[in-house]
Amino acid sequence: MGPVIPIYEISQELNFLIAFIIGIGFGFALEQAGFSSSRKLAGMFYGYDTTVLKVFFTAALVAMIGILFLNYFEMLDTSIIYVNEYFINSAIIGGVIMGIGFIVGGFCPGTSVCAAAIGKLDALAYLGGSLLGIFIFGETYPFWIDIYMKNYLGGIKLSTTIGISDGLLVLLVIIAAVIMFWVGEWAEKKFKRPDITKEL
Amino acid sequence: MNPYLAGVILGLVLLLSFYLTGRGLGASGAMKSVVVTTVETVAHTKAEESGFYGKYIANGQNPMNSWLVFQVLGVVVGGFISGAVSGRLSLKTEHSPNITKKRRIVMAILGGALFGFGSQFGRGCTSGAALSGMATLSLAGFVTMVAIFGTAYVFAYFFRKNWI
Repeated sequence: MGPVIPIYEISQELNFLIAFIIGIGFGFALEQAGFSSSRKLAGMFYGYDTTVLKVFFTAALVAMIGILFLNYFEMLDTSIIYVNEYFINSAIIGGVIMGIGFIVGGFCPGTSVCAAAIGKLDALAYLGGSLLGIFIFGETYPFWIDIYMKNYLGGIKLSTTIGISDGLLVLLVIIAAVIMFWVGEWAEKKFKRPDITKEL
Repeated sequence: MNPYLAGVILGLVLLLSFYLTGRGLGASGAMKSVVVTTVETVAHTKAEESGFYGKYIANGQNPMNSWLVFQVLGVVVGGFISGAVSGRLSLKTEHSPNITKKRRIVMAILGGALFGFGSQFGRGCTSGAALSGMATLSLAGFVTMVAIFGTAYVFAYFFRKNWI
Protein backbone atom coordinates (compact mmCIF):
# COMPACT_ATOMS: atom_id res chain seq x y z
CA MET A 1 0.00 0.00 0.00
CA GLY A 2 1.30 3.42 -0.94
CA PRO A 3 2.39 6.10 -0.40
CA VAL A 4 5.29 4.02 0.90
CA ILE A 5 7.42 6.55 2.80
CA PRO A 6 4.72 8.23 4.96
CA ILE A 7 3.16 4.85 5.84
CA TYR A 8 6.30 2.82 6.62
CA GLU A 9 8.30 5.71 8.16
CA ILE A 10 11.45 5.17 6.11
CA SER A 11 14.73 6.74 7.32
CA GLN A 12 15.67 10.23 6.14
CA GLU A 13 18.84 9.03 4.38
CA LEU A 14 16.91 6.53 2.26
CA ASN A 15 14.22 9.14 1.64
CA PHE A 16 16.82 11.57 0.23
CA LEU A 17 18.37 8.82 -1.90
CA ILE A 18 14.91 8.14 -3.37
CA ALA A 19 14.54 11.92 -3.99
CA PHE A 20 17.85 11.94 -5.85
CA ILE A 21 16.92 8.93 -8.02
CA ILE A 22 13.46 10.32 -8.83
CA GLY A 23 15.19 13.61 -9.72
CA ILE A 24 17.47 11.79 -12.18
CA GLY A 25 14.38 10.37 -13.89
CA PHE A 26 12.75 13.83 -13.89
CA GLY A 27 15.81 15.54 -15.39
CA PHE A 28 16.33 12.79 -17.96
CA ALA A 29 12.69 12.98 -19.12
CA LEU A 30 12.76 16.80 -19.35
CA GLU A 31 15.99 16.83 -21.37
CA GLN A 32 14.87 14.01 -23.68
CA ALA A 33 11.65 15.94 -24.31
CA GLY A 34 13.76 18.82 -25.63
CA PHE A 35 13.05 21.12 -22.68
CA SER A 36 16.68 22.18 -22.48
CA SER A 37 16.05 24.59 -25.37
CA SER A 38 14.35 27.91 -24.64
CA ARG A 39 13.40 28.49 -28.29
CA LYS A 40 11.70 25.11 -28.35
CA LEU A 41 9.83 25.90 -25.11
CA ALA A 42 8.76 29.33 -26.40
CA GLY A 43 7.63 27.71 -29.67
CA MET A 44 4.42 26.68 -27.97
CA PHE A 45 3.31 30.32 -27.76
CA TYR A 46 3.91 30.95 -31.48
CA GLY A 47 2.75 27.55 -32.75
CA TYR A 48 5.96 26.46 -34.53
CA ASP A 49 6.74 23.85 -31.85
CA THR A 50 4.10 22.53 -29.46
CA THR A 51 6.29 19.99 -27.62
CA VAL A 52 5.50 21.65 -24.26
CA LEU A 53 1.78 21.07 -24.72
CA LYS A 54 2.26 17.43 -25.75
CA VAL A 55 4.73 16.51 -23.00
CA PHE A 56 2.96 18.44 -20.23
CA PHE A 57 -0.52 17.07 -20.86
CA THR A 58 0.66 13.51 -21.61
CA ALA A 59 2.60 13.49 -18.32
CA ALA A 60 -0.31 14.98 -16.34
CA LEU A 61 -2.71 12.41 -17.82
CA VAL A 62 -0.42 9.43 -17.16
CA ALA A 63 -0.04 10.49 -13.50
CA MET A 64 -3.76 11.34 -13.12
CA ILE A 65 -4.94 8.01 -14.57
CA GLY A 66 -2.22 6.17 -12.62
CA ILE A 67 -3.31 7.68 -9.30
CA LEU A 68 -6.95 6.91 -10.11
CA PHE A 69 -6.20 3.24 -10.88
CA LEU A 70 -3.75 2.71 -7.99
CA ASN A 71 -6.47 4.04 -5.70
CA TYR A 72 -9.07 1.79 -7.31
CA PHE A 73 -6.91 -1.31 -6.81
CA GLU A 74 -6.22 -0.18 -3.23
CA MET A 75 -2.48 0.22 -3.84
CA LEU A 76 -2.42 3.93 -3.01
CA ASP A 77 -4.28 5.72 -0.24
CA THR A 78 -5.20 8.97 -1.97
CA SER A 79 -6.62 10.41 1.24
CA ILE A 80 -3.06 11.02 2.50
CA ILE A 81 -1.36 12.21 -0.70
CA TYR A 82 -0.68 15.94 -0.91
CA VAL A 83 -3.37 17.96 -2.72
CA ASN A 84 -2.18 21.54 -3.34
CA GLU A 85 -3.86 24.09 -1.10
CA TYR A 86 -5.87 26.69 -2.92
CA PHE A 87 -5.67 30.38 -2.07
CA ILE A 88 -7.72 32.04 -4.83
CA ASN A 89 -5.90 35.39 -5.07
CA SER A 90 -2.30 34.23 -4.72
CA ALA A 91 -2.69 31.28 -7.13
CA ILE A 92 -3.96 33.60 -9.88
CA ILE A 93 -1.54 36.49 -9.22
CA GLY A 94 1.41 34.08 -8.90
CA GLY A 95 0.40 32.27 -12.10
CA VAL A 96 0.11 35.52 -14.07
CA ILE A 97 3.57 36.71 -12.92
CA MET A 98 5.03 33.28 -13.78
CA GLY A 99 3.39 33.43 -17.22
CA ILE A 100 5.12 36.76 -17.98
CA GLY A 101 8.37 35.31 -16.65
CA PHE A 102 7.96 32.33 -18.97
CA ILE A 103 7.61 34.36 -22.19
CA VAL A 104 10.36 36.83 -21.14
CA GLY A 105 12.87 34.24 -19.91
CA GLY A 106 11.97 31.18 -22.00
CA PHE A 107 12.25 28.67 -19.16
CA CYS A 108 10.51 27.65 -15.98
CA PRO A 109 12.61 26.73 -12.91
CA GLY A 110 12.71 22.94 -13.59
CA THR A 111 13.60 23.26 -17.27
CA SER A 112 16.28 25.88 -16.50
CA VAL A 113 18.07 23.45 -14.15
CA CYS A 114 17.93 20.79 -16.84
CA ALA A 115 19.21 23.18 -19.58
CA ALA A 116 22.00 24.51 -17.34
CA ALA A 117 23.08 20.89 -16.79
CA ILE A 118 23.89 20.50 -20.51
CA GLY A 119 25.75 23.83 -20.66
CA LYS A 120 23.17 26.46 -21.69
CA LEU A 121 24.49 29.76 -20.35
CA ASP A 122 21.13 31.55 -20.78
CA ALA A 123 19.64 28.89 -18.47
CA LEU A 124 22.33 29.60 -15.89
CA ALA A 125 21.45 33.33 -16.08
CA TYR A 126 17.77 32.43 -15.70
CA LEU A 127 18.59 30.35 -12.60
CA GLY A 128 20.44 33.30 -11.07
CA GLY A 129 17.41 35.48 -11.86
CA SER A 130 15.07 32.98 -10.16
CA LEU A 131 17.09 33.11 -6.94
CA LEU A 132 16.95 36.91 -7.13
CA GLY A 133 13.17 36.83 -7.63
CA ILE A 134 12.65 34.52 -4.65
CA PHE A 135 14.91 36.79 -2.56
CA ILE A 136 12.87 39.86 -3.58
CA PHE A 137 9.67 38.07 -2.54
CA GLY A 138 11.28 37.12 0.80
CA GLU A 139 12.37 40.70 1.44
CA THR A 140 9.00 42.22 0.52
CA TYR A 141 6.92 39.44 2.15
CA PRO A 142 5.23 41.76 4.72
CA PHE A 143 3.71 43.77 1.83
CA TRP A 144 2.08 40.69 0.28
CA ILE A 145 1.09 38.67 3.32
CA ASP A 146 -2.55 39.84 3.33
CA ILE A 147 -3.24 39.01 -0.29
CA TYR A 148 -1.01 35.90 -0.06
CA MET A 149 -3.24 34.43 2.66
CA LYS A 150 -6.59 35.70 1.35
CA ASN A 151 -9.51 33.43 0.34
CA TYR A 152 -8.19 30.09 1.53
CA LEU A 153 -10.16 27.10 0.29
CA GLY A 154 -7.85 24.28 1.47
CA GLY A 155 -6.70 21.26 -0.53
CA ILE A 156 -9.78 21.22 -2.70
CA LYS A 157 -10.19 19.20 -5.90
CA LEU A 158 -11.59 20.55 -9.18
CA SER A 159 -13.95 17.56 -9.33
CA THR A 160 -15.40 18.47 -5.92
CA THR A 161 -15.77 22.13 -6.92
CA ILE A 162 -17.83 21.38 -10.02
CA GLY A 163 -19.59 18.42 -8.38
CA ILE A 164 -18.53 15.50 -10.59
CA SER A 165 -16.65 12.28 -9.86
CA ASP A 166 -12.84 12.10 -10.20
CA GLY A 167 -13.23 9.56 -13.01
CA LEU A 168 -15.50 11.79 -15.06
CA LEU A 169 -13.13 14.75 -14.62
CA VAL A 170 -10.19 12.64 -15.85
CA LEU A 171 -12.27 11.58 -18.87
CA LEU A 172 -13.03 15.24 -19.64
CA VAL A 173 -9.33 16.13 -19.33
CA ILE A 174 -8.46 13.25 -21.72
CA ILE A 175 -10.97 14.59 -24.28
CA ALA A 176 -9.65 18.15 -23.86
CA ALA A 177 -6.05 16.92 -24.26
CA VAL A 178 -6.83 14.98 -27.46
CA ILE A 179 -8.42 18.12 -28.96
CA MET A 180 -5.41 20.23 -27.90
CA PHE A 181 -2.97 17.66 -29.35
CA TRP A 182 -4.87 17.84 -32.63
CA VAL A 183 -4.72 21.66 -32.61
CA GLY A 184 -1.01 21.45 -31.71
CA GLU A 185 -0.21 19.17 -34.66
CA TRP A 186 -2.19 21.50 -36.94
CA ALA A 187 -0.39 24.60 -35.59
CA GLU A 188 3.04 23.04 -36.15
CA LYS A 189 2.19 22.71 -39.87
CA LYS A 190 0.53 26.12 -40.19
CA PHE A 191 3.17 28.16 -38.29
CA LYS A 192 6.17 25.99 -39.13
CA ARG A 193 9.61 27.59 -38.98
CA PRO A 194 12.03 25.07 -40.49
CA ASP A 195 14.91 27.49 -39.81
CA ILE A 196 14.24 27.31 -36.06
CA THR A 197 13.19 23.69 -35.67
CA LYS A 198 16.21 22.47 -37.67
CA GLU A 199 18.74 23.97 -35.27
CA LEU A 200 16.97 22.79 -32.10
CA MET B 1 12.64 11.74 -28.48
CA ASN B 2 9.00 11.65 -29.53
CA PRO B 3 7.25 14.20 -27.25
CA TYR B 4 4.35 11.87 -26.38
CA LEU B 5 6.82 9.16 -25.33
CA ALA B 6 8.81 11.69 -23.27
CA GLY B 7 5.50 12.74 -21.69
CA VAL B 8 4.70 9.13 -20.74
CA ILE B 9 8.14 8.74 -19.10
CA LEU B 10 7.72 12.04 -17.23
CA GLY B 11 4.23 10.98 -16.13
CA LEU B 12 5.54 7.63 -14.83
CA VAL B 13 8.30 9.41 -12.85
CA LEU B 14 5.63 11.70 -11.37
CA LEU B 15 3.39 8.71 -10.54
CA LEU B 16 6.34 6.91 -8.90
CA SER B 17 6.96 10.00 -6.79
CA PHE B 18 3.34 10.00 -5.58
CA TYR B 19 3.42 6.25 -4.93
CA LEU B 20 6.63 6.41 -2.92
CA THR B 21 6.38 9.76 -1.14
CA GLY B 22 2.76 10.90 -1.40
CA ARG B 23 3.92 14.13 -3.10
CA GLY B 24 4.75 15.18 -6.64
CA LEU B 25 7.80 16.78 -8.23
CA GLY B 26 9.16 20.29 -7.71
CA ALA B 27 11.86 22.77 -8.61
CA SER B 28 11.29 26.25 -7.16
CA GLY B 29 11.12 24.81 -3.63
CA ALA B 30 14.78 23.79 -3.84
CA MET B 31 15.72 27.27 -5.06
CA LYS B 32 13.90 28.73 -2.07
CA SER B 33 16.07 26.53 0.17
CA VAL B 34 19.18 28.04 -1.45
CA VAL B 35 17.88 31.60 -0.89
CA VAL B 36 16.88 30.90 2.73
CA THR B 37 20.30 29.35 3.46
CA THR B 38 22.10 32.33 1.93
CA VAL B 39 20.06 34.88 3.88
CA GLU B 40 20.49 32.89 7.10
CA THR B 41 24.27 32.75 6.64
CA VAL B 42 24.58 36.47 5.96
CA ALA B 43 22.00 37.78 8.43
CA HIS B 44 20.98 35.10 10.92
CA THR B 45 18.84 37.15 13.31
CA LYS B 46 17.00 38.88 10.49
CA ALA B 47 16.18 35.54 8.87
CA GLU B 48 14.89 34.11 12.15
CA GLU B 49 12.55 37.05 12.67
CA SER B 50 11.21 37.06 9.11
CA GLY B 51 7.78 35.57 8.48
CA PHE B 52 9.03 34.15 5.18
CA TYR B 53 12.49 32.72 6.00
CA GLY B 54 11.79 32.02 9.67
CA LYS B 55 9.62 28.94 9.24
CA TYR B 56 12.35 27.07 7.33
CA ILE B 57 15.05 27.55 9.98
CA ALA B 58 12.96 27.27 13.16
CA ASN B 59 14.35 24.87 15.82
CA GLY B 60 17.75 24.82 14.15
CA GLN B 61 16.64 22.91 11.06
CA ASN B 62 18.73 23.16 7.92
CA PRO B 63 16.74 24.28 4.85
CA MET B 64 19.14 22.36 2.56
CA ASN B 65 18.10 19.14 4.30
CA SER B 66 14.99 18.87 2.19
CA TRP B 67 13.54 16.30 -0.17
CA LEU B 68 13.29 18.82 -3.03
CA VAL B 69 16.96 19.87 -2.78
CA PHE B 70 18.05 16.25 -3.34
CA GLN B 71 15.47 15.81 -6.08
CA VAL B 72 16.77 18.89 -7.96
CA LEU B 73 20.37 17.63 -7.60
CA GLY B 74 19.06 14.52 -9.34
CA VAL B 75 17.58 16.70 -12.12
CA VAL B 76 21.07 18.12 -12.78
CA VAL B 77 22.52 14.61 -13.08
CA GLY B 78 19.58 13.26 -15.13
CA GLY B 79 19.67 16.21 -17.52
CA PHE B 80 23.44 15.81 -17.93
CA ILE B 81 23.15 12.06 -18.64
CA SER B 82 20.42 12.70 -21.24
CA GLY B 83 22.48 15.47 -22.88
CA ALA B 84 25.53 13.19 -22.98
CA VAL B 85 23.57 10.28 -24.47
CA SER B 86 22.05 12.51 -27.17
CA GLY B 87 25.24 14.49 -27.88
CA ARG B 88 23.87 17.84 -26.70
CA LEU B 89 26.55 18.84 -24.19
CA SER B 90 28.03 22.22 -25.13
CA LEU B 91 28.54 25.63 -23.57
CA LYS B 92 26.36 28.07 -25.49
CA THR B 93 23.83 30.88 -25.26
CA GLU B 94 20.80 30.03 -27.34
CA HIS B 95 19.06 33.04 -28.85
CA SER B 96 17.09 34.24 -31.87
CA PRO B 97 19.29 35.75 -34.63
CA ASN B 98 17.22 38.96 -34.21
CA ILE B 99 18.67 39.70 -30.79
CA THR B 100 22.17 39.88 -29.35
CA LYS B 101 23.65 37.41 -26.87
CA LYS B 102 23.73 40.16 -24.24
CA ARG B 103 20.03 40.92 -24.67
CA ARG B 104 19.20 37.22 -24.34
CA ILE B 105 21.11 36.99 -21.05
CA VAL B 106 19.41 40.14 -19.68
CA MET B 107 15.97 38.81 -20.66
CA ALA B 108 16.80 35.42 -19.08
CA ILE B 109 17.71 37.07 -15.75
CA LEU B 110 14.59 39.25 -15.89
CA GLY B 111 12.31 36.34 -16.79
CA GLY B 112 13.90 34.18 -14.10
CA ALA B 113 13.36 36.89 -11.49
CA LEU B 114 9.68 37.23 -12.45
CA PHE B 115 9.16 33.46 -12.43
CA GLY B 116 10.99 33.09 -9.10
CA PHE B 117 8.89 35.84 -7.53
CA GLY B 118 5.68 34.41 -9.01
CA SER B 119 6.50 30.88 -7.84
CA GLN B 120 6.58 32.09 -4.24
CA PHE B 121 3.36 34.04 -4.66
CA GLY B 122 1.65 31.05 -6.28
CA ARG B 123 3.12 28.43 -3.86
CA GLY B 124 4.94 26.46 -6.55
CA CYS B 125 6.01 26.57 -10.20
CA THR B 126 5.11 24.61 -13.32
CA SER B 127 6.34 21.36 -11.69
CA GLY B 128 5.08 21.64 -8.13
CA ALA B 129 1.91 23.66 -8.60
CA ALA B 130 0.72 23.07 -12.18
CA LEU B 131 1.89 19.54 -13.14
CA SER B 132 1.86 17.80 -9.73
CA GLY B 133 -1.24 19.79 -8.76
CA MET B 134 -3.14 18.63 -11.83
CA ALA B 135 -2.12 15.01 -11.22
CA THR B 136 -4.04 15.05 -7.94
CA LEU B 137 -6.93 16.92 -9.64
CA SER B 138 -6.39 19.88 -7.28
CA LEU B 139 -8.22 23.07 -8.16
CA ALA B 140 -5.06 25.04 -7.36
CA GLY B 141 -3.15 23.00 -9.97
CA PHE B 142 -5.66 23.68 -12.76
CA VAL B 143 -5.95 27.40 -11.92
CA THR B 144 -2.15 27.87 -11.77
CA MET B 145 -1.69 26.00 -15.07
CA VAL B 146 -4.30 28.14 -16.87
CA ALA B 147 -2.85 31.34 -15.35
CA ILE B 148 0.75 30.52 -16.39
CA PHE B 149 0.07 29.36 -19.95
CA GLY B 150 -2.82 31.77 -20.56
CA THR B 151 -0.73 34.80 -19.53
CA ALA B 152 2.23 33.66 -21.62
CA TYR B 153 -0.07 33.47 -24.69
CA VAL B 154 -1.46 36.96 -23.99
CA PHE B 155 2.04 38.48 -23.75
CA ALA B 156 3.65 36.35 -26.51
CA TYR B 157 2.98 38.97 -29.21
CA PHE B 158 4.99 41.66 -27.40
CA PHE B 159 8.06 39.45 -27.01
CA ARG B 160 7.99 37.71 -30.42
CA LYS B 161 11.25 39.28 -31.58
CA ASN B 162 13.10 37.46 -28.82
CA TRP B 163 12.10 34.05 -30.14
CA ILE B 164 11.21 34.09 -33.86
